[in-house]
Amino acid sequence: MSVAAGEPDDVQTHKAKGPVIKRQSIWTRLTHWVWVVCLFFLLLTGLQIFNAHPSLYIGQQSGFEFDNSVLSIGAIRNEDGSVSGITRIFGQQFDTTGVLGWSGPEGQERPRAFPAWTTIPSYQDLATGRVVHFFFGWILVGTMFVWFLASLINGHLRRDIVPTGRDLKSLPKDVADHARLRFTHTRHYNVLQKISYGVVLLVLFPLIVLTGLSMSPGMNTAWPWLIEVFGGRQTARTIHFGVMVLLVGFFVIHIAMVLLAGPLNTMRSMITGKYRIDAETGDRS
Amino acid sequence: MKRFSAGRRRFLTAGAAGAAGLTLAGCDVFDPLLRPNHPVRNAMSSANELTYSAQRALIGREALAKEFSESEIRQGMRPNGSTDPNNVEYMFLRQADFVLYRLQVDGLVDTPTSYSLEQLRNMPARTQITRHDCVEGWSCIAKWTGVPLAAILDEVGVQSNARYCVFHCYDIYSGGLSGGVPYYESIDMLDARHPQTILAYGMNDAALPVANGAPLRVRVERQLGYKMAKYIQRIKLVESFAQIHGGKGGYWEDHGYDWYAGI
Repeated sequence: MSVAAGEPDDVQTHKAKGPVIKRQSIWTRLTHWVWVVCLFFLLLTGLQIFNAHPSLYIGQQSGFEFDNSVLSIGAIRNEDGSVSGITRIFGQQFDTTGVLGWSGPEGQERPRAFPAWTTIPSYQDLATGRVVHFFFGWILVGTMFVWFLASLINGHLRRDIVPTGRDLKSLPKDVADHARLRFTHTRHYNVLQKISYGVVLLVLFPLIVLTGLSMSPGMNTAWPWLIEVFGGRQTARTIHFGVMVLLVGFFVIHIAMVLLAGPLNTMRSMITGKYRIDAETGDRS
Repeated sequence: MKRFSAGRRRFLTAGAAGAAGLTLAGCDVFDPLLRPNHPVRNAMSSANELTYSAQRALIGREALAKEFSESEIRQGMRPNGSTDPNNVEYMFLRQADFVLYRLQVDGLVDTPTSYSLEQLRNMPARTQITRHDCVEGWSCIAKWTGVPLAAILDEVGVQSNARYCVFHCYDIYSGGLSGGVPYYESIDMLDARHPQTILAYGMNDAALPVANGAPLRVRVERQLGYKMAKYIQRIKLVESFAQIHGGKGGYWEDHGYDWYAGI
């Protein structure tokens, strides 16, 4: 009786607890955590820099006497004397008082695009925002090259990033599994992981660096073709901001997946490299 | 093994709690490290020297900033910074339409010289339609006419130990307790001799307006707007700018901005 009751439990435990494998190389883990620090500071100083001129445009120049703005954040005074934070996106106007345009402690609200808690430094200081932004920008670019070279040599890129034909065939099933929050722990990344990491590392990272460089008048002289690819300096600035939004979106989903797939196991694999896979995944990798 | 993973779990929990605390405390936790002259801030600002060297290596000496066509001038030139200096000497010169204005060129030169606006206008001129990029993030296209700075430097004869051109200006910024601080800027000799570096007295086919730096401003097309000093009074060739005002090579540099503004 007791044996029969215990059996399903045993099966369950066995299914959850497979062997611990070595999953992440030192290069993957090192670059991952350097990027965590870099992207944190780049985002918060980027918003500081954006606050110095909180409007985005399409084209070479900023329209002061014509309208080529796609996004702007500002404050307006209402008829009753109160002030509202206003965000305009493609001509649509939204009241964002308290967060975008007009924010601060009660009674000390100020006109500022992104609020103090989203910028470094917390007060308005473009000069310092730039100093910190470019410092971490250099580290991000350096780490990107290290990662790319290491991943090319140790096979991470071929094995874990570029999806195979078989991966793509399993895409519908993988999407369905993720949608049901049913996660499997296999030796290699699943196809959605491969695609999302591939997009972030091989598309979004280079794009945000290159659009950043397109805003540099020095680089515009060194590589005049670059800014033309993006359709002008102000378009490059808009794309730079848009890629930031996509990376923040990736971050939110990434953290949610870590939590849902078992935070201790996933965090361990990113710190020590060791990862416990499901028991019978021998041929699923 | 079990004890090991328990310890690891504690470590991870502590890490997560620390990260959450950091986020809740807001980003002002970094503010003290980033105040002027804090070693952390100073260490980070050395990245500007890396940017300077990297761009100097990538950009050809004479590589030109893009020039635009007439049709791309779609608006007036947006003025920024000082737009109406209230320095008494400047207001006096302006009253007489800058007829009495003299540009002083001195320092490490063979023949210190002064130029009237008339003399400058009679020298060979260069006109260029370029995009002005402000450090704040905006851009504006305008047409600039002026004397190449290289021509002036050749006339006065630059001594071999001169490394920087310092522009001293008429506009005065409020400097708190110490009173007013005049605007000044500096560029290296490579940018000073660049073909597009001109002392502009004309803008969009008219005399340079007061709001944009009349009677004379410099264009340094491969850098950001704050390098392009307006209301120039004097150009001084120096070996080092360490002894000038705050010692960082410019008014905004003394207030935390990078000296090299190619990015």
